[in-house]
Amino acid sequence: MTIEELVVKYESDEGMLIPIMQDIQAEFGYLPAERLRELAKVLDVPLSRVYQVATFYASFRLAPKGQHEVTLCMGTVCYLKGADRIAASICEEYGIEPGGTTEDRLFTLQAVNCVGACALAPVMIVDGKYFDSVTPDGALKIISKLQPKEKSESEGS
Amino acid sequence: MEPKTKVKVQNPKDLEKTRKAIVEGKKAAEKVIRVCIGTGCAAKGSKRLYELFCEAAKESEQNIKIETKCVGCHGFCERGPIVVIEPGNIFYQRVEEPDVAEIFRETVLGGRVVDRLLYEDPTSGKKATTEEEIPFYKVQHRIVLAGNGVIDPTNIEDYISIGGYSALAKALTEMTPEQIIDEVEKSGLRGRGGGGFPTARKWRSCHEAEGEMKFVICNGDEGDPGAFMDRSIMEGNPHSVLEGMIIGAYAIGASQGYIYVRNEYPLAVEHLTRAIEQSREWGFLGENIFGSGFHFDIRINRGGGAFVCGESTALIASLEGRAGEPRAKYVHTVEHGLKDLPTNLNNVETWTNIPAIITHGGSWFESIGTDGSKGTKVFSLVGKITNTGLVEVPMGIRLRQIVEEIGGGVKEGNAFKAVQTGGPSGGCIPTQFLDAPVDFDELTKLGSMMGSGGMIVMDEDTCMVNVAKYFLNFLKEESCGKCTPCREGIPQMLHILEKITKGEGEPGDIEKLEALGELVSEASLCALGKTAANPVLSTIKYFREEYETHIREKRCPAKECRGLFSYKINPEVCTGCGICKRTCPVEAISGEKKNPHKIDQSKCTKCGACFEKCPFTAIEKV
Repeated sequence: MTIEELVVKYESDEGMLIPIMQDIQAEFGYLPAERLRELAKVLDVPLSRVYQVATFYASFRLAPKGQHEVTLCMGTVCYLKGADRIAASICEEYGIEPGGTTEDRLFTLQAVNCVGACALAPVMIVDGKYFDSVTPDGALKIISKLQPKEKSESEGS
Repeated sequence: MEPKTKVKVQNPKDLEKTRKAIVEGKKAAEKVIRVCIGTGCAAKGSKRLYELFCEAAKESEQNIKIETKCVGCHGFCERGPIVVIEPGNIFYQRVEEPDVAEIFRETVLGGRVVDRLLYEDPTSGKKATTEEEIPFYKVQHRIVLAGNGVIDPTNIEDYISIGGYSALAKALTEMTPEQIIDEVEKSGLRGRGGGGFPTARKWRSCHEAEGEMKFVICNGDEGDPGAFMDRSIMEGNPHSVLEGMIIGAYAIGASQGYIYVRNEYPLAVEHLTRAIEQSREWGFLGENIFGSGFHFDIRINRGGGAFVCGESTALIASLEGRAGEPRAKYVHTVEHGLKDLPTNLNNVETWTNIPAIITHGGSWFESIGTDGSKGTKVFSLVGKITNTGLVEVPMGIRLRQIVEEIGGGVKEGNAFKAVQTGGPSGGCIPTQFLDAPVDFDELTKLGSMMGSGGMIVMDEDTCMVNVAKYFLNFLKEESCGKCTPCREGIPQMLHILEKITKGEGEPGDIEKLEALGELVSEASLCALGKTAANPVLSTIKYFREEYETHIREKRCPAKECRGLFSYKINPEVCTGCGICKRTCPVEAISGEKKNPHKIDQSKCTKCGACFEKCPFTAIEKV
């Protein structure tokens, strides 16, 4: 969908800025800079506001995602059961920070506040699949099995 | 515009007739298989179980009618995946794929109970065949969660069959808006999102406010880590949320509603979206609902992932397409809310209580609970507790009952230390107050708060300074940055806590934390900042000694803060496998193969690598 079409879908309502940006992100996996510029123009809001919204909310990304999504729950229960040690071991092994993507773009590590699956703590979600009672070693083992996707496949997701 | 299609239900009589027909139709099914697809069970593969049951039912050559359905969260997540078979309401727990064939053959076709899949009481060893026999459910009182685990959340007919939308029919055809507000007032319902503001008072102000248009909002941006009540309601019984909102909108005079759902809850969005479509089709949303002349519709907005948007004015800013920054409270949202128009915002659980209040009356609701807190409250009982899950209890119940009777006590025989309520805005309640009743005002008196319903149990292995640090780190990340006390005060407090947990604490640090905490509480703009110091202040209040041990003795009594305790190898348990020796990055471990190893404390950096790797748990923290 072009930006014009998207803005029409939301009846040019600037109050719908966040849903519009969520739609863009759903299409590209992140918010490409040129799209945001275009959006600001078409919706007639200052680019600074678009950028403010894009950087304020944790779910928006300004850089492309890796081919796989590794989400680590940082909720209270997961933390009490060692989620911080899991995060540290992944970051150390792959030289990334939470929120970052590996150099080969194999995966993006996201640390989220709480996925509400506390009975399974500590929880790690890989491409939508839940893993329960994860340990630092166990997490590395799960990630080591990730395979690079074919290019055409990853573009569409 | 699409041509107007005739809605399925025009008036209360239609609804009752339809309900009876649905119930009658359901009687035809001789057996019902209910598979829980709440997030906990789904994560353990319950959707596949559902498919397998469907296949088994299809392939069965027996000539009986079987209804297989997905239902919302039962609450007992610890024991998922859960499958319930009717007749008999036989409650199977921890069901796995290979069990499906046996359950189908024995129970569904044969009418026999599969003993090994029943819940067994860990103390008495007694097996429970139905939910009612399990201690986890015995003391619960389910109003909000009544439909969860019973109905298929994607099927409006299921909701109608248990009396769904009949409260709406009553409200719209037999009651005036004022009468509805009076009834809610009589019930004594207070907001379930955290603040506990009387719901009827808010509704009345919004009802009386002047505006060309009014809005109602459902706050489903459940942000407290460790809390998942609202998600389970939105996923497991979405129509109950809608019904509450429609009744509220009628009472207030609102024509448009919004449900603001947390971004991490895709299944809730899916189920709510479907529920809204069905509700329109049936005529419960849209124009001239039940022929009353009342028009109302609801749309869903997904949150952007900001904790502060749980605050009402920040949420409204987000709905207006701006960054979620709160504004000062002296401008009331009931008069100047969304788009500067009168807006009434309530939390998911609050809205869900409304249909029951209208159906059974305010005095019925008022008869449950304590003087100041009426009805029930849903808690997510999590942490170091035997039975993790979602529980709904009458207000006034003792914390001890929740922890011990429902929760089955602390895990692995450890000693109970504290229960944390209220999320990052709440505090820790220690053992000596376990007999305190669950009540808005009582919990506040103890330095914590009811909050939205997270209840996190901590045991002797939990370091309270570390807990305070965790919440402050969370709040530092989530502070919107608009006002200085919150933006600057929280990182300063966090800095001191980090020092303490690293063994660099100094005398006077506790007093500094108290002074800073008081300042941040008093001077911040919104509730996030005003309550940010609670986790620190409440742990200092009840666990001051633990802070002092960290500072004076550079020791962590719970053995959680790295560097403030040592590791030792237990020679009785060590098999001499050598894994720790190979793992140690500083060569501090020595020993011959097949002989107990030893850690040289002068070399050890206390990194804990050996502890993580030892397959025999021979390495102890001392």
